[in-house]
Amino acid sequence: MINMTASIYLDYAATTPMDISVIEKMTDTMRNHYGNASSIHQYGRNSKKLLEHARKTVAEYINALPEEIIFTSGGTESDNTAILMGAHARSDRGRHIITTAVEHEAVLKPLKRLEAEGFEVTYLPVGITGELDFEHFKEAVRQDTILVSIMSVNNEVGTIFPIEKIGAFLSERDILFHTDAVQAFGPLKIDVKKAKIDLLSASAHKIYGPKGVGFLYKRKNIAIPSFMLGGNQERKQRAGTENLPAIVGFEQAVCHMKANRAQFNQHAVNLREQLIYELNHQAINFQINGNLSQQVPHIINLYFPNKLAEQLLIQLDLKQIAVSAGSACTAGSIKPSHVLQSMYGDQSDRLMHSIRVSMGAFTTEKDIKDFVKVLKEIV
Amino acid sequence: MIYFDNSATTKVTPEVLKVYEKVSQRFFGNPSSLHYLGTQAHELLESARAQVAQILHVKPTEIYFTSSGTEGDNWLIKGTAMEKMRFGKHIITTQIEHPAVAHSMDQLEHLGFEITRLSVDKTGQISIDELKQAIRPDTILATFIAVNNEMGAIQPLAKISEVLAEYPTIHLMIDAVQAIGKIDLPLGNDQRIDMAVFSGHKFHAPRGVGIVYLKEGKQVAPLLSGGGQEKGQRSSTENLPGIVATSRALRLLTKDEMKKRQHLAQLTQKLREGLKNLPYVQFFSTDKGAPHITCLGIQGIRGEVLVHALEAEEIYVSTTSACSSRAGRDSSTLLAMGIVHEEAETAIRISFSEYNTMEEVAQFLQAFKAIYRQLTRIYEK
Ligand SMILES: Cc1ncc(COP(=O)(O)O)c(C=O)c1O
Ligand SMILES: Cc1ncc(COP(=O)(O)O)c(C=O)c1O
Repeated sequence: MINMTASIYLDYAATTPMDISVIEKMTDTMRNHYGNASSIHQYGRNSKKLLEHARKTVAEYINALPEEIIFTSGGTESDNTAILMGAHARSDRGRHIITTAVEHEAVLKPLKRLEAEGFEVTYLPVGITGELDFEHFKEAVRQDTILVSIMSVNNEVGTIFPIEKIGAFLSERDILFHTDAVQAFGPLKIDVKKAKIDLLSASAHKIYGPKGVGFLYKRKNIAIPSFMLGGNQERKQRAGTENLPAIVGFEQAVCHMKANRAQFNQHAVNLREQLIYELNHQAINFQINGNLSQQVPHIINLYFPNKLAEQLLIQLDLKQIAVSAGSACTAGSIKPSHVLQSMYGDQSDRLMHSIRVSMGAFTTEKDIKDFVKVLKEIV
Repeated sequence: MIYFDNSATTKVTPEVLKVYEKVSQRFFGNPSSLHYLGTQAHELLESARAQVAQILHVKPTEIYFTSSGTEGDNWLIKGTAMEKMRFGKHIITTQIEHPAVAHSMDQLEHLGFEITRLSVDKTGQISIDELKQAIRPDTILATFIAVNNEMGAIQPLAKISEVLAEYPTIHLMIDAVQAIGKIDLPLGNDQRIDMAVFSGHKFHAPRGVGIVYLKEGKQVAPLLSGGGQEKGQRSSTENLPGIVATSRALRLLTKDEMKKRQHLAQLTQKLREGLKNLPYVQFFSTDKGAPHITCLGIQGIRGEVLVHALEAEEIYVSTTSACSSRAGRDSSTLLAMGIVHEEAETAIRISFSEYNTMEEVAQFLQAFKAIYRQLTRIYEK
């Protein structure tokens, strides 16, 4: 399906190719169900049915209620909505917010905006393994803390954060808890009830779904103002004509994930083991950033002491091997990763000598073998 | 099946759909990635942008892609307010804006901005004198719905531009979601309009892509912030298949544009001609409005009743607008035109696309007349 014959794609954390079943569902929707889901005629009502079906599928996947799912244009919009609107909803109670130093820009930028408005933000550093010190987190919580935003899985290193522990702690304190689950939704089992999450962001294009659609889970009984204002769509919580084909595609991606999650994760574990084995076998000088036992299996961040990441990327690219340094979304330029910076400090050699390898459903053992062969030549 | 609800949304044309499919299979890379797949995706994104810019007679650097018309409206209005509040907090708009504009204004009002909502006459147009009087030293933004989505009124953009020419610091914006392809839009470097909002799904592109024109040098704070895409003005991974498909749809829309507009006008004329002798039919649109939208009602019959009666004949139209099918604040255009509540409640909107035919209009007329006879029988006693 995808022309990857000569090339090796190891950048699944940036974006994934759409699964063919997703494309089929979407094109079918565009051909046959083009009514506006808010129109009162039959075309509209049919579209509405599909929309609500998708909402139910997505909700069930994280043990939420359908009415707790608000479809958005992607992870960024979900993050922006949760942070900006969450903070404003609670600003009468306090102005202190807690997050980590290793969040995605879609969380960090809106927080910067809130700081300019007079909110105070604590950025918790992570340890050398990329993990969050839970005790340290607890100490940061204050009387006037109104919002905590901590990602479920880090996009550069793959570290899994202790969302359930944080949720349990916060639920006794009436503090809004948001998690950016863009990298976790799909591969990880998320139970929003068990983890006591108030707000959760997800995006379809990381799980073989279309670009330009995501959702914000918002726990029932939590009121935050709407970010996108206009028509009465999404129970008046997010205006804009519902992007039905993409939402149906997202639903299909979730079904596909649900059916194959265990297999995908096992595949990733195998590929990761193989990658490490081959790197050792070829006697390449490398180290792993972080702590594999606390990371999702499909993301691995590698440090090559003898090679600048920038050169490495260019040389890999010439061989049509796609990996990244840091995250793709820090658009267009290589700057020292703020994630590695928090882990290893400003002066660490790792900042300019590390790359992210992220694998997925279409990655083969041969891809890994060929990738390491090329690495051997250039490192 | 006759679909006359094209102002709510349109069907994606097969050619455009094929583009969507192809791009999503062949160019799945993230345009921000630095490797070859990212580079390919980036180049495709920029060529789509260049094409859109060329069609709109503006520069590629002045085009931004969003997720919808709603997002474009929210962004430009709130973004202008945030950017320029140190110069003033007064905004001018009309009473007949789409909710995406109207509700953004309401929010700004809560935040301490002052909003002047210009009234409209029986044809749905603002008064230029009222506009002139509304302008103040602290006015930072003036925004107008180029073609109204409920009844098709066209605002006098040339005259508005002329008035605003004397006030270069006021951001002049249009919501052109219903206007693109239907009327002339004075955009470009030599024109007064600074910002315009479009939405692909109104012209046979897939849902989920909006276009914003923002003139070079005009400052607007971003709405979505994060990874820094779209020159930092609109963060989030770009919906490349949707964007490329939208640029194709725009090209198709503007091919033989004059001929298509004429075709739409003919459909509308046939519709009006066919209904004008029915004594209980009331037109809320004039024949000077946009060529694709007609708003009308049958006296004493609620719009919903008529919509469902037509639906039984497999004809799809809508009450005033899809996203606000309820009465009240939201369907304010007719009320703002001075039409009383009881009459406004009867309104339905018939909206054509270039793909509709005279034959469909003929069928519509036949069905409508039969329904009309049935519903108005009570009046004949
Ligand atoms: C952790 C994380 N949050 C947010 C985003 C933004 O999502 P989107 O590109 O759908 O806006 C991404 C990826 O781009 C991500 O990895
Ligand atoms: C005039 C006008 N502005 C804005 C919008 C909103 O566009 P979208 O549906 O793409 O959010 C619409 C359509 O619903 C419209 O008709």
